[in-house]
Amino acid sequence: MTANQITLWYLVASVCFIFALKGLSSPTTARRGNAFGIAGMTIAVLTTIAVIARGRVDLILMAMLVGGAIGAIVARRVEMTQMPELVAAMHSLVGMAAVLIAVAAVNNPAAFGVQDPMPTGNKLELFIGTFVGAITFSGSVIAFGKLAGLGKKFRLFSSAPVVFKGQHMVNLVLALVMVGFGVAFFLAPGKAWTPFIAMAGIAFVLGVLIIIPIGGADMPVVISMLNSYSGWAAAGIGFSLNNSMLIIAGSLVGSSGAILSYIMCKAMNRSFFSVILGGFGAAEGSAAAGATDRTVRSGSADDAAFLMANAESVIIVPGYGLAVARAQHAVKEMAAKLTAKGVNVRYAIHPVAGRMPGHMNVLLAEAEVPYDQVFEMDDINGEFGTCDVALVLGANDVVNPLAYEKGSPIYGMPILDVVKARTVLVNKRSMAAGYAGLDNPLFYMDKTMMVFGDAKKVVDDIVKALE
Amino acid sequence: MGGIVDPTVTNLVVFVLAIIVGYHVIWNVTPALHTPLMSVTNAISSVIIVGAILAAAPSQTDFGSLLGALAVALAAVNVAGGFLVTQRMLEMFRKKEHKAAKKEG
Repeated sequence: MTANQITLWYLVASVCFIFALKGLSSPTTARRGNAFGIAGMTIAVLTTIAVIARGRVDLILMAMLVGGAIGAIVARRVEMTQMPELVAAMHSLVGMAAVLIAVAAVNNPAAFGVQDPMPTGNKLELFIGTFVGAITFSGSVIAFGKLAGLGKKFRLFSSAPVVFKGQHMVNLVLALVMVGFGVAFFLAPGKAWTPFIAMAGIAFVLGVLIIIPIGGADMPVVISMLNSYSGWAAAGIGFSLNNSMLIIAGSLVGSSGAILSYIMCKAMNRSFFSVILGGFGAAEGSAAAGATDRTVRSGSADDAAFLMANAESVIIVPGYGLAVARAQHAVKEMAAKLTAKGVNVRYAIHPVAGRMPGHMNVLLAEAEVPYDQVFEMDDINGEFGTCDVALVLGANDVVNPLAYEKGSPIYGMPILDVVKARTVLVNKRSMAAGYAGLDNPLFYMDKTMMVFGDAKKVVDDIVKALE
Repeated sequence: MGGIVDPTVTNLVVFVLAIIVGYHVIWNVTPALHTPLMSVTNAISSVIIVGAILAAAPSQTDFGSLLGALAVALAAVNVAGGFLVTQRMLEMFRKKEHKAAKKEG
């Protein structure tokens, strides 16, 4: 194959990747989009193998087979509740692969069709690809540990922020030293291993330090951010290998992650900068001040079942607590029972309802909740005013009316308008505050009834009571 | 003026245009599919497997090409895992369509 033919095949693959993402604009075209993605990847890999036909194809095929088999098994076995962990783990692999490729490129640029010794322009790009890759790797490992709840064994993985004095200063100094080594690598003639390795090493440490101060509540942002980094790492490698396809694919992924981070930040009313600086989410689980002297009305699952069975319309607000209790199947059963009794049942999804963007939609899809019953926040917020019962399952901050009050820490945060419903049922395990560490006035309203207990058990009891 | 354009400049042209395309395509993705979006972008960014294949290719195997082979394996985990798990999730969204269609029909 000539260089022109190769480039044209890569162009076809790049176009396929763009169509893959375009397909996700609607669930009806999404599967076709995924097929485009697979086609693009197949073209890219086959073209490259044709290029190196005289090289170690055996070694490459073996590596692909081993890796592919592991990937296929994991994809089949993973629980939908574990998607955030899986995605974090996959980001780390992209990051590591980028670093390994960079090392191989320094060692033998000729293998990539780049001049040996490597031109300084390529070196600069290689440096960028390497440190972004290294930060993506170690940052994602920490994010994975936090998501998988390994914090009890290793403090580094604690879901509470790990902060120490002078943290930002340390990060800044390390980053400057890293750039210094990068410049040394860039300026040195030939294979400058020492500055290269020093730079990569510091980047690995930086990745850890950047993610440890970020609290569990901010995980949706972190995971989107690392998604973005993994794309930029791929684009960086594309620059150093002069490969347009890598640059296009990397940039698509990079902008995707950046946009998701923005959407998540906005939904949590947090500035991107304050998430990065970290230290948020420490108050998780602690009871809010002043909570003790107010009374709440609590009821049983039977009461809740009675209220909902006699309602005309019910809006269910699923939160993270529902996912933790794995109650989505039970909820679907409850909704089916209510629908059979002529109740209009809908679901309202807040953008940060799960632990990653769109997580709750997938969990409900897994439970086979009918498509047309699930609504995004902006589409359903106007409906709460005419709804008889709003059932909040394991959500707190996203329904907190303090967001309407000037001066409150969450003022301006977009919330679900549950407070406008005629009757509000709230299922929670206890009166503990949410991630924001705030009390929720919704719980003390006359029209609110609290149903304490594990979400799955409560919903199961409601299902029994409905029979 | 004139002369040969540096590859880095060409790369930059592609880079900037790709970001603009990405920006517009991603904002059109429905929020309900943001999780599949993340898993499929994961698979797509693993197209660096192309770089890994080149790294592993030289017939004289040294530590660089072995690292390349390792990178091929790591990226392959992502390629297979990313696309398959995306497909699995999208199938779940399809099941509902099927049922809804049956109900209507």
